[in-house]
Formats: sequence, structure tokens, C-alpha cells
Amino acid sequence: MEISMILIPAAILAALGAAFGILLAIASRAFAVKVDERVPLVRDALPGANCGGCGYSGCDALATAIVEGKAPCGACPVGGDPVAQQIGAIMGVSVEKKQRMRAQVMCSGGDSHATKKYVYQGASDCLAAARLAGGDKLCPFGCIGLGTCASACPFDAIHIENGVAAIDYRKCEGCGTCVAVCPKQLIRLIPYDSAHWVGCMSKEKGGTVTKQCKVGCIGCTMCQKVCEAGAITVNSFLAQIDYNKCVDCGKCVDKCPRHIIWSAERQEGGLFIHR
Amino acid sequence: MSFTDILLLMFGAILVENFIFAKFYGCCPFLGVSDKPDTALGMGMAVTFVMTLSGAATWAVYHFLLEPFGLEYLKTVAFILVIAALVQFIEMFLRKFIPALYASLGIYLPLITTNCAVLSAALLAIQNEYSFIAAVSFGFASALGFTLAIVVFAGVRGKMEFSEPPRAFQGFPITLIAAGLLAMAFAGFAGIKL
Repeated sequence: MEISMILIPAAILAALGAAFGILLAIASRAFAVKVDERVPLVRDALPGANCGGCGYSGCDALATAIVEGKAPCGACPVGGDPVAQQIGAIMGVSVEKKQRMRAQVMCSGGDSHATKKYVYQGASDCLAAARLAGGDKLCPFGCIGLGTCASACPFDAIHIENGVAAIDYRKCEGCGTCVAVCPKQLIRLIPYDSAHWVGCMSKEKGGTVTKQCKVGCIGCTMCQKVCEAGAITVNSFLAQIDYNKCVDCGKCVDKCPRHIIWSAERQEGGLFIHR
Repeated sequence: MSFTDILLLMFGAILVENFIFAKFYGCCPFLGVSDKPDTALGMGMAVTFVMTLSGAATWAVYHFLLEPFGLEYLKTVAFILVIAALVQFIEMFLRKFIPALYASLGIYLPLITTNCAVLSAALLAIQNEYSFIAAVSFGFASALGFTLAIVVFAGVRGKMEFSEPPRAFQGFPITLIAAGLLAMAFAGFAGIKL
């Protein structure tokens, strides 16, 4: 066996590889696309979760939009203020301080509290259940509890507990994905450190609410009267807190006869709920 | 090879000898990128693009470089090299000159570099001693068959989203079962002799 039988094929393959290598090297120069050097910097500053909370398809798309001036530096709802400041530094502009938000499910009517009008046995999805007479709970405003928000959450921060979506405050980044998918519009973004919220969205009259749910807001206005900061208003039989005015005194919590004003304390990143 | 022969060859490659359901080539992207119909279509288009071009490139490399030197046995290694370089080149070319196509195919192109369906289309065209035209049409039609399979399967998976299989079957197991059922449906074409 001659040595050339090995050398010739090896040489041809090596030549083929070298030819492709040179061709690709030339092509990479000839076809080089100029990318703004700030795009990778901005992308690295973003959280990288690709959650889509900003309205763009991912962190890369948002980075491109920010550099092109199509999106503000603070467009990322997840990164909040630190990321906005970092991007502002890269872009060379000053950014206003931005408040960090978290999601909150405004319903307390779990399986043991809310009355059901029928037994739902369809697809395990709130959007499907909402089409069947607005879900299985008698209350037309209540949480359906089939977890459409839980499967949409890019941070795995929502779980269904006792028939109502519950948010894991350690994981929630306030991207707002769940707010958009909830067919009942039950989830709201409230300031990250706010300690009180009204766990009900029912706009029914008091008498109707008591028939539908053991823990619904009846619109008695007792919280409105007790609030010294004037942060609570009752509109169409539903109390709502204005977080610009709320001073977290907690007086409304004790006064509420239905116990639906929740209070919580932030400790070591988690939120400890007193009920 | 007449025009009719080529049409029959393409028909056979799309349905009867479907790459995924009859030959089990390219199962990785078939299972991995079939979550949504639009991403499946993007993957299918990228495969079609690369398979057609690589069919032409590998045919030329085989007949003008390997055959004259009697190196037919090196075709697998050489084709891997050709396809990898070609995909890289296409990616750069598209990025520069057709940004819109790059944006829609871009993320799928690197995935195709090591796709066995592309390699097997090139190897089968040589094995069956196709002419240049036939080799290119075979690559194109095989890729169309791949696209058909992946898009249909993405539709099936879309329906499965709303069903609740037993816990042990959730996720990947039920996906594999659905793929098997779809393959059985395609087995109906197997009787057609062209």
C-alpha cells in the first residue's frame, strides 16, 4: 500500500477545508454588517428573560429599539430602575427614577369562599372557561383559577392555591404578562413595596356579593371613612386604594367587616401576609 | 430523465418517501421546533432553502472533485464540510443583502448546519445516481416534505395544548405518541409505487 493513497485524500480534504475557510473569511469581511456597538452593551444590561413584557419580542429586540431611539431607556418593566440607569449611562442620557412594580391578584374568593354555579369539566384554561357563562364561579368578577396566568408567567411566579391564582412575590418581576392574559382583568400592577390591597374586584351591590362569595367587597365605605390619608375611594360598590396617597397605616385592614383588605410586610425579599 | 420522471421523483420525495415519517431523518428539529405553526414554517423554509442549495453544491463537489480522484468513499466527510460552509456563507449573505429574509430565517439557519436531513438528501441523491437537475429537485422536494410534516405536526401540537393527558404522558411522551400516529397516517402513502 502506497503512502500516497492516504496523503492524496488527506490533501484534497485539507485543501477543500482551507478553500472554504478562506472563502468564509473573505465573505465575513465583504458582507460585514455594521452593528451599533451600543446594542450588545444594552442587551447585556437587560435581564435576559425574553419575557416580552416591554412589548418587543425579546431583550435583543428591545436593545435594538432603545439604541435606535424607538423605545425609552426605562422600557424594561422587569429590570426597573437599576437597569434603566445602567442603560441611560450607556446611551449617555439621564433617566428618571422608576418605581418597581409587582403583580397582585385582586380576588380572595377561593373554593372555600366563593359559590359555584356549575361544575366545569372542560379544557383546563381560563380563556375557555370564561366563554362558558363567564366561568364556574357565581361571581362574574372572580378568579376562574385554571391558571392561564400561571402558564403565561415567564418567571414561574404564579401558582393556583385553593382555586385562586397566588403570586410568589420572591419571583415576580412585574413584567405584566399575566395582566394581559387574565380574561377577568383581575391582576394589577401595584408598587413593589405597597403593603395593602383590596382583594376583590366585584362591582355588584352588597347583597348580591354576599350571596356569591364569603369574602367580597360590599361597598360599605367603612374603609373610606377610616382612611386619614384619603387614599381609599368606593366606586360602584368597590373599594380601591390610590397608591400615591396610601401611607400604609393599616387602619382599613382592621375596619373592613369582610376582611378583604390584605396586609403584608416585605421581609428579606419575600412578602409575609397577615390575615 | 424526462420532466415526468422528475415530477414523479418530487411527488415521491414529498409524500411516499417523506423524510420524517418514512425515513426518520431530521426528527430533532421536527420535535424541537414544532411548538407553533409559524416557527415551524420558518424552520421548514430555512431547511428548504439550504437543502436545495446544498443538493447542487454537493453534486458538483462529488462529480468534479471526488469522482476524478476516486475518492467516493470520502463523500460523507466532504459533504459535512460543504454543508457547514454553505450554511455559514448563506447566513452572512442574507444578513447583508436580504435582511428581511435573514430576520425570518436567521435563528434557524445555524441549527440546520448539523441537520441529518440535509446530509442524507445529498447522500441519497448520489447513491441513486441522479442527474444534476434531479438531485436539486430531490433536495427541494424532500425539504418540502419536511416542511409539510413539521407544519402539520405543529397544528396537531397546538390542539394538544388544551388537552389534559394523564400525568405520566404530559409533555414529551404524548408528543412522541402524536408523532407516531401522524406517521401511521403517512404510512398510507407507502403503497403507492411510482
